[in-house]
Order: sequence, then C-alpha cells, then structure tokens
Amino acid sequence: MQLTGAQALIKSLEQMGVDTIFGLPGGAILPVYDPLIDSSIRHILVRHEQGAGHMAEGYAMATGRPGVAMVTSGPGATNIVTPIANAHMDSTPLVVITGQVPTANIGTDAFQECDITGITMGITKHNFLVTTAHEIPRAVAAAFYIATTGRPGPVLIDVPKDVTQAMMEWWWPETIEDLDLPGYHPESAIDGSLIAEAAALIAAAERPLLYVGGGVLKSRASAELLAFAERTNIPVVTTLMARGAFPDSHRLHLGMPGMHGMYAAVTAMQQSDLLITLGARFDDRVTGRLDGFAPHAKIIHADIDAAEFNKIRQADVAIRGQIKDTLLALDAATTHVGDIAPWWKTIDAWRDEFPLAYDPQDPAAQLRPQAIIEAIAARAKPGTIVTSGVGQHQMWAAQHWQYEIPGTWINSGGAGTMGFGVPAAIGAKAGHPDRTVWCIDGDGCFQMTAQELVTARAEGIPIKVAILNNAYLGMVRQWQEMFYEERYSEVYLSPDLPDYVMWAESMGCVGLRARTMEEAIAAIDLANTINDVPVVIDFRTDASEKVFPMVPSGATNDEILVHPSQRGA
Amino acid sequence: MAVPEPYTGVTSSSPVRHHILSVLVENKAGVLARIAGLFARRGFNIYSLAVAPADDSQRFSRITIVVDAESAPLEQIRGQLNKLINVVEIKDLAPKEALERELLLATVEVDEETRQAVLDAVAQANAAIVDVNDTSVTLMLAGTPAACDALERQLEAFAQIELHRTGRVALPRLSSEPTRN
Ligand SMILES: Cc1ncc(C[n+]2csc(CCOP(=O)(O)OP(=O)(O)O)c2C)c(N)n1
Ligand SMILES: [Mg+2]
Repeated sequence: MQLTGAQALIKSLEQMGVDTIFGLPGGAILPVYDPLIDSSIRHILVRHEQGAGHMAEGYAMATGRPGVAMVTSGPGATNIVTPIANAHMDSTPLVVITGQVPTANIGTDAFQECDITGITMGITKHNFLVTTAHEIPRAVAAAFYIATTGRPGPVLIDVPKDVTQAMMEWWWPETIEDLDLPGYHPESAIDGSLIAEAAALIAAAERPLLYVGGGVLKSRASAELLAFAERTNIPVVTTLMARGAFPDSHRLHLGMPGMHGMYAAVTAMQQSDLLITLGARFDDRVTGRLDGFAPHAKIIHADIDAAEFNKIRQADVAIRGQIKDTLLALDAATTHVGDIAPWWKTIDAWRDEFPLAYDPQDPAAQLRPQAIIEAIAARAKPGTIVTSGVGQHQMWAAQHWQYEIPGTWINSGGAGTMGFGVPAAIGAKAGHPDRTVWCIDGDGCFQMTAQELVTARAEGIPIKVAILNNAYLGMVRQWQEMFYEERYSEVYLSPDLPDYVMWAESMGCVGLRARTMEEAIAAIDLANTINDVPVVIDFRTDASEKVFPMVPSGATNDEILVHPSQRGA
Repeated sequence: MAVPEPYTGVTSSSPVRHHILSVLVENKAGVLARIAGLFARRGFNIYSLAVAPADDSQRFSRITIVVDAESAPLEQIRGQLNKLINVVEIKDLAPKEALERELLLATVEVDEETRQAVLDAVAQANAAIVDVNDTSVTLMLAGTPAACDALERQLEAFAQIELHRTGRVALPRLSSEPTRN
C-alpha cells in the first residue's frame, strides 16, 4: 500500500491506539493535517502550543496513557518547549510531533526553521529527526516505546515537510527488534540478593518510613504499596508527585513531606533510621539542606532509573526495577518487622500536636484559600481530578484536599511551571470525560494560559476552575514578606484587572465571583450543576495568608516552621 | 563542551583523577552533540575526546572520552550516559588498567642552526618526520600521553607553526580486566 508520509504518520498514531491529539497547524506540518480529517483520532485545536503540551501532560497523568501533541516548525515548536521540559522533570510520557522545513532547506535559516531537536536534546528522553518517509512508522513506534517504558518521559519527532509529502510503501514494525534501538534496555529483573538485604534492614529498623515518590504512580504500584504498608505497619509519606498513590485517609499515612509538608511527615523523615525510598529522587524541595537531611537514616532506594542511585544521597541498598515488582518481592521477603510501636507513639504525638492548621474563617473577613479548597473537596464526587498551577494555591491544594486514588492529583512538580493548571485540566478531562475535573489555580497562573478555556468551550470540555484570587504572585510575596523584610517587589497583580468573570464569559464559560463563604458555597454548588460548559469562579482570598508548615530554603528540615497558632510562647 | 579545569601540579595531559570511558554509540546524526551536551549540562568535565567509526558497516562509532573523575562521581557519569538512547555500550578503564595512546602532529620552523636539534629531539622521542621543506619540519609521534607531553615541552624551545594532538584512545591492558562493563 502506497501512502504519503503524512498518511503514514497518522496511520502510525492510529496503530499506537492514539485517540486524542492536542495541536495547532502551520506551514511545515500542513501535509499531516490533511489525512487527519479522515482519521478517527480526535484533534483538539488549542489556542497556544504551550496549551497543547500541558493538555497532553494532563491527559497522560490522568489516564496513564502517553499524551500526544502536534505543532508546526519554528515558533510552534518553541512554544511547546516549556511543556516538554515540564514533562521531562516529572517523567510524564509524551510524544510531541513537530513539523520541520523541507530537508533541503535545513541549515539555511529558512522561514520558520528552528533546530528543535537541538533545543530539546536536554529536555527530552529522546528525539528524532525523520529524514525519509519510510522511517516514519519506526520513528512513531519507537517514540511511544521510549516514552512509556522504563522511566517515562517526553519524546519528540521532528518531521520535515518533504518527508510527509513523499510516498512510501506502508509497513509496521512488529517487534521490538524492528525499532532498532540497540542501546535501549529499559527494564531489568529485580536482584533477589538486594531484596534480601533490604528485608534485613527492614527487620532491624526501629524507625522505618516508606518514602513514596511519583515512580509508584508511574509503576502503577499503589495496590502493592498498600498491601506492604498494611502488613508491615510502616508509616508512609507521599511526595508532591505521589499524592494519591496512598490514600490520604489511611491511618498509616503521614501526608506530604518537604518544604510545605506536614509536620509529622517532615519530622518522621528527619528522625527515621530507615527510609524505604520508592520511586523518589531526594529532590531538594523534599530534603531541605542536604547535609542535615535524615541524618540517622539508612537508605533503601528503589527506582527504575539507576542514575538516580547515589546522585543526591548515598544508598545502602539500591534496587533497580519496576517499583511494583520490587514491592512484591519485598513483601515476600519481609518476614518480620522490628518493634515499631514506640516509633508510632512518637509519630502520633507529632500528628496530635501539629495537624495542618490555618486561622478559622471569620464570616466577615476575606476568604481563606484553605477553606475554599476544603469546601470544594467536601462537595466533590469521589474520583474528582484536581489540577493546579504553581504557587501558594498549589501547596494548599496538595495539603487540604484528600487524595484517595491514583491519578486524581495533577500538578507541575519538578519544573514548577506557572500556567500548567488550566490546560492540564482540559487534557485530564479529555482523557476522562466522565470525571469531574477541578483546576485550583492562582490569579497569576490563570493569566498565563487562560486562553485555553476557549479551546475547552469550543471542544465541549467542561472543566471547573477555582481561581484563588489573592491579587498577588502570592508565593513570591510570601518569600518577600518572610525573608526580604516585607519589601514587596513586583508581586502585586490587582484583584479585578482583569475582570475574571467577564473574561470567563467572553470565552464562553460561566463566570462566577465569591467574596464571602456564603457566596463561595453557592458558587461551588452552582458550578457542580453545570456540566455542559466550563465554569470559572473568582474567589477573592486574603492576600496575607501564608503556606505553613514551611522549611525556609537553605534550612534543614529540623527548622520547620509550623503555623503561628501552633508555635509555643 | 566543558573546558577542563587547570590541573595544578600535573602535566597537561594527566588530570588529577582521570578516567577513560570507551563508549560505543549508534552512528546517528547529533550523537556527539548529545554526549557533549550531557557533559556540559551535568557539569562533568571532558578532558579529551576521540571519535571514529567502530565497524565497517558505519552503524556504530566508538567515542573515547577522558573524563575528570573529580568533577562528578564516575557512577553518575556512566549512569547518565547510559540513559542516552544512542549509547550502546560503555566500558570504563581506570588509568592503571589502560593502555593509552595518542597522536601528536607538529610543524616546527627550522634554520641551519636548529634543524639538527629538532631532528635529535625527534629521534630521542621515537617520533617520525613526515614532511619537510627548506624552512620547516612536520613530525609525528604516536605514544603515551606522557611521551607526547615530553615532546611537546621539548618543542617549546623552537618556533612552532602548529601542534595538534588527537586526544587519547585506550584499550584494557591484557594483564587486567576492565573495571566494569
Ligand atoms: C513560568 C513561571 N514563572 C515564574 C515562576 C515563579 N513563581 C512561582 S510561584 C509564583 C506566583 C504564582 O502566583 P499565583 O498564580 O497568583 O499563585 P499564588 O502563589 O498567589 O497562589 C511565581 C511568580 C514560576 N514558577 N513559573
Ligand atoms: Mg495569586
């Protein structure tokens, strides 16, 4: 069967089971948009290519299937660089297809030429410049294989226009060997002797802790984690990337560790004598000052990516493999656990003394952002997906919502990309049309990517957006208040410029505003009844509210600051 | 590519704690940029780098990289290199287990007075003359990095037109196994 390269590209995507592409056409990718008309694949036309990338990420994080984005060359390609970097930091499987100028023009500074494979070399798991139409099926199949196996990540395929216009005889790589990847060996069997060593450390530990990272979600190991934790009674912390990997309501769960982690979670890490590290990478936001981090802990480090071992913290036992397999093996090998009753007594005392706290909502005062999140959560169906931007609202959304199942918390962790929330919510909803998706956003973040609500309305993707409008780049304001003597520099945004309600309505969404708790509840209830168009609620929140607990940057986790109401005289 | 730190107290070709990585890569466009970019990005210092096709099919190339093992733990350098999809195999060699050789080519200006001194230096170093004219001599030495260093120092006494070194390639000594494969 003779096909054009463009037809082969679309057919290859169909072959991979792709049901949704997020994208925006232009000159170099034009040939590919033609066969798309005849394809069963849904294309979601974004308003900015950054939106396409974050939508693909939201889709992937919600469904576990790789997200696909397609854009044109030059500025189209550079506009999607931020989501690619974001996906690289958070190990999200993405396949990004970029148009490129014809091969004969490459290197001549042709119109809309840009070296996107060069630009993204350091922020993709891999990228390809396809030089013949014949290579297209292999490039697509290899891209999906690389993006989804081992430690997942973004893969970019750059396709010159003449390649998509050329004819090829259709073929499909049926085996892994056909992919021609002699240097790629993503999986490895678990080394049994290391499991035995780990089990011995667990048996000897007095203060063990399960330090759970995003790898547990990637490896779909939540059930195995639950079984292991329940059998051993070892306490659990879930990082920002792992929220939902272990039920928040579970008695063994101490919550999130790190810079804005729960006191008990942060302190348990500090005092632990054994960190059973599962798919986590000792990120600086978790460790605080490294030389003071968990000083007494031995380290079991399980990860699919061997390069994480001993990168930040020396491991006593490093186990390479899928976390799911490691947990199963560990569960089988762990015959007994030391007496950890005293450890639990200590932990429970921390939990009692320092629960998550904020000043109660005074009905006459401005809205407390934490109270808004709790009110939305209380009225949300089980399985509701939450996305967020980056800032204070993100930390509150991570702290004050109870995540019970995997894939319900979607945020930008490693890169901290403002503007992630709205497009990620659209992508998540596109992947799970039956689920409610709330974006808990900041006013600053909302302004970075809000135009994608036009996409959401046009494509019939009814997400709900809660803007915690504190009229500030709040997280930066918090740092300036605490560490720069309240010298506020370029952080004020204004509560009503833009007018978020009018803006939402101009984009075809329902726009609501709430200044009091009563209005807030009414707006949330109304939003929950609207299922045909996106809803945006402008919650006017108190700008002076700060995120606690907090480990100041550069401090050790022992210097954690709890909420002022919890500090002794 | 990372510029090597000045290594105090040692000769120019022997970094304080260097290590040799012999990396088999797919011979694909951009593969060298991927490796160089990785080193730059992660702050690993490359001391020298030599590339050549590794087989007749032109499918693979071998890149011999001398790394500064002070700039990052070798395990990290190997681990990150291994993640490059086009990297097929990495062998690392500690200097004491390696036979290291490199090539030095130099063109030196000579006159009646200096010609003999240059020829003596060439003979003493076991180098070879590969080209001559009335005013210059081009010579070549294939030898250990230390021998190349020594010759380079000797040639400093003369007016040099150009001196190039290839960077080293290495194989394990037959008397020892590579540290890891
Ligand atoms: C693209 C980008 N630019 C800048 C920053 C730095 N930054 C981190 S949080 C933040 C403020 C976010 O403001 P807003 O969205 O209003 O959230 P808030 O903290 O007020 O809840 C800024 C500017 C960033 N993380 N990302
Ligand atoms: Mg704000």
